[in-house]
Amino acid sequence: MNADLEMLYEKMVLIRLFEETLLKLFSLGHLRGTVHTCIGQEACAVGIVSALDSKRDTLCSNHRGHGHFLAFTDNTDGLLKEILGLKSGICGGKGGSQHLHVNNFYSNGILGGMVPIATGIALSQKLAEENGISVVFVGDGAMSEGVIYESLNMAALWKLPLLLVIEHNQIAQSTPWNLEHGSAIEGRPVAFGIPTETIDGNDVQTIYAATKKTVDDMRKNAHSRCLLLKTYRLGPHSKGDDYRSTTEISSHQMNDPLKRAETVLPEKVVMGIKTLCQTRINQMLESFSLI
Amino acid sequence: MSTYLQNLQNGLFELFSNNSRVILLGEDVLDPYGGAFKVTAGLSTQFPNRVLTTPISEAGITGVAIGLALRGYIPIVEIMFGDFLTLCADQIINHATKFPNMYRDVTCPLIMRSPMGGGRGYGPTHSQSLEKMFLGIPELKLIAPSHYHQPGQTIQHIATQEINPVIFIEHKLLYRETLQLNSEALPLILKTDETGYQTAILRNYDVGIPDVCLIGYGGISRFLPELLKKLAAEEIRIIALLPESIDPVPIEMLAHFAAEAGRIVIAEESTEGFTWASGIASQLYENLWGKLHCPIKMVTSARCAIPTAIQQEADVLISSLNIENAILEVISWA
Repeated sequence: MNADLEMLYEKMVLIRLFEETLLKLFSLGHLRGTVHTCIGQEACAVGIVSALDSKRDTLCSNHRGHGHFLAFTDNTDGLLKEILGLKSGICGGKGGSQHLHVNNFYSNGILGGMVPIATGIALSQKLAEENGISVVFVGDGAMSEGVIYESLNMAALWKLPLLLVIEHNQIAQSTPWNLEHGSAIEGRPVAFGIPTETIDGNDVQTIYAATKKTVDDMRKNAHSRCLLLKTYRLGPHSKGDDYRSTTEISSHQMNDPLKRAETVLPEKVVMGIKTLCQTRINQMLESFSLI
Repeated sequence: MSTYLQNLQNGLFELFSNNSRVILLGEDVLDPYGGAFKVTAGLSTQFPNRVLTTPISEAGITGVAIGLALRGYIPIVEIMFGDFLTLCADQIINHATKFPNMYRDVTCPLIMRSPMGGGRGYGPTHSQSLEKMFLGIPELKLIAPSHYHQPGQTIQHIATQEINPVIFIEHKLLYRETLQLNSEALPLILKTDETGYQTAILRNYDVGIPDVCLIGYGGISRFLPELLKKLAAEEIRIIALLPESIDPVPIEMLAHFAAEAGRIVIAEESTEGFTWASGIASQLYENLWGKLHCPIKMVTSARCAIPTAIQQEADVLISSLNIENAILEVISWA
């Protein structure tokens, strides 16, 4: 179990350092446009994606997708080049932070818009009979977009291997979730006949185990499923636009998914992984002459 | 001679027989109903696994089709009335057309088929010609065959040649029209233009140069057999150009033939203001500066909702008489 946790923790640390690096590069004027970091939500990306088979499973992601991308591809260089706007970036600099694609990974910047597309990909997977699963990430904010409900209806109707992952980070840009939703989000996929499991979104091992079980079940018995991950966005929406009180944010610091893993892992292992990841990030930055 | 509808039905059958990657999705497309305008009649019986009837979710089914297109299929989505394409706009504009542009090595061969146009008393939300809302979108083509074209051949051409999204527009009033491919009264040339699609070229005279060049597309063709005959009797020589590719538009070919006349009328059924015609006109002014005998005249439907009542509807929609009057007006210029 600890071997799994070490692997998962390393991926989370890499994502955290990558995201913190982006915010630094932004403040130094090396990046333009915008970035939406997933600081505080690394367990969601890592726990879900580590349980997938990147050869046959597909992943559709959203505007806050660096963590999903890195967990799926481990391609830190390609992503940084893309965000820096270089021709050698994975999308030639056209996509930037929110519009990423390599192999089975697709992200786009319209909230909820990838859900019907992931549903169509799930249909292609069902037709291909290769037991592939189509995974799509959305946040609680996107769960007010109508096209998601059209998609859930079709996914359930046609028994498609669609896994909807809702990262419930409790805030949509600047608006708390309770000012946006008239009912509990987890009840909605259920209303379409899609079994939904609510999980502690900051406990990477639990997410990983639940995803493995869900995915195994979906491969045996094609149908749609939903995992709702209760988490918290520790960082700003994009760069510095955060109006939450420091009291509120700091009350969630103890629940930081990295700290949660650190309470279980031996200190030596934690230090080793942190050094390893920091070295990797530093080497990457040196190669771009950014430090 | 087959009708526009039969030609389209046959084209889809051939396409489904020749290419197992083609899938059709739409509302009420299964037999025995076969779609609101019967374009898919018989198709689901012959190819039950590749014709999917869908919930009433236009945005959703467009997205599903995009997902299929990204993964190697050639999806055709039937949107029951063109008016409902507004519901698909986000998926078409922000998803389907963006992927091949912003991702590396991605194609998105999505075909959106939809009937447009009025004249059937369907009222304000089932009679519009909304194609102008989708003009000028990067990586998006709009193809609208007239009844001087063969829509069944065209849709096969799209499915086999295009790698990115296409909106395919069928004017409702054309479905029952007999295709006009060998009319002796009105000699027709179908010329492959610079877009790779065909422009139908009609002349109502045998010798000499035309007095007026009339440009239109799609459902405008239904006015031409009578109108061009009537004008011939008045010794007004018309060359009519009907490109089936309305975006991109074969501007070189249009300019070439329009230059012969020096007087141009552009007709379309959409409502007045920011139209296809205005886009063509601005390009023709640039191409033919100094060669025109008078300003280009544009004819459209009135800028208002399309009423249900028969006379009120007729009053606002473009008519043969509107086009005739425009032709007489450009001729009246010295």
